[in-house]
Amino acid sequence: MVRMAEIPEPSRVHIAALPCHDYETKPWVKGPPIKERRVAIISTAGLQRRDDRPYAFDANDYRIIPGSTSPGDIVMSHISSNFDRSGFQQDYNIAFPLDRLREMAADGEIASVAEYHYSFMGSTHPDDMEPTARHLAGLLKSDNVDAVVLIPV
Amino acid sequence: MGGLGHFLEDEGLPTVQISLVREHTEQIQPPRALWVPFILGRPLGVPGDPEFQKRVLRAALNLLEAPSGPILEDYPEEAPEADESEADGWVCPVSFAVAKDESLGGALGREIQQYRTWFDLGRQKRGRTMFGVAELEIEALGDFLVAYADGGDPDKPDPDLPLARILRSAADDLKTFYYEAATAQPGSPSPDDLANWFWTMTVGGDVTVKIWNRARASEDPEIKRLQGLIMPGEWREHFG
Repeated sequence: MVRMAEIPEPSRVHIAALPCHDYETKPWVKGPPIKERRVAIISTAGLQRRDDRPYAFDANDYRIIPGSTSPGDIVMSHISSNFDRSGFQQDYNIAFPLDRLREMAADGEIASVAEYHYSFMGSTHPDDMEPTARHLAGLLKSDNVDAVVLIPV
Repeated sequence: MGGLGHFLEDEGLPTVQISLVREHTEQIQPPRALWVPFILGRPLGVPGDPEFQKRVLRAALNLLEAPSGPILEDYPEEAPEADESEADGWVCPVSFAVAKDESLGGALGREIQQYRTWFDLGRQKRGRTMFGVAELEIEALGDFLVAYADGGDPDKPDPDLPLARILRSAADDLKTFYYEAATAQPGSPSPDDLANWFWTMTVGGDVTVKIWNRARASEDPEIKRLQGLIMPGEWREHFG
């Protein structure tokens, strides 16, 4: 439905002007077939557990969403109001498809679902996320994850 | 988002991302990305449609088996037009203008009570709510926001958080309360239907506009930032 030209002003101008890093290296990691992979979600929707801290205005830290978290305890504290939240209010899988991954694991489409998933608040500059992202990589490996689905909002 | 993919892949983790803004992904060139033609906030396309969501997720995961990259693929399936099919049968909930002799707080309290039964029903039906980030009951939340909107200096419900952060969460909770009440009623409003209703026909919208105006006039830099956060850009243009 929405392409850049269809995003309402002035959000379109703001989004178009966001700095995009041009990375010199093009990392590429191979892995086993999808049905043998353990999958984790990283969201930039500003998700948190209900009793966790809301994101600060310029947050570049992350929140842990254990796979065992009750759907009623997953909330959003992203500071931006320039995206639709009504879809997430109706069905959290619209931006955090944990139930879909579980179904795919049950059907054998993927091997398993990670124990821990993570969220950032996506309006943070990518360079500010680098140290945290690299740290997160180690945590994901400890959880034997070998496929990460990155989902914006 | 693309930066995260780059850093994680660089650390040895295979990644695939969903892309909502193709122009950004083209420039950043993360290892694998699936661009989807959906509105911001709905990366899996359609709420309450597990099969649709799974098709999107499957298309993304399939990119992990691509032989080489970077790869940016377009997802071919559109989401149903929200403003056509979804709005069927939905009627804007009754709104209550502020009467001449009524305070803003009184009008908001009356409106909240009116929608509360729908909000409770929605929470029951969905088994969850996004309301509650500010950790205030709806009545106390309304009192706090009205006090600030009316120019007062209400006590912070959480002394450890900056006032601007609390106002941001509280304003969001108020809108969430209204949206979840409205979507519990018969019919399926589109995101635009909901926004038009909240911002132009509710006392909750009026209260938020007053807070926005106070933030615009504030000399406190953090409070001033709220003007760009508590109201979507197109509505800032409308009210500006």
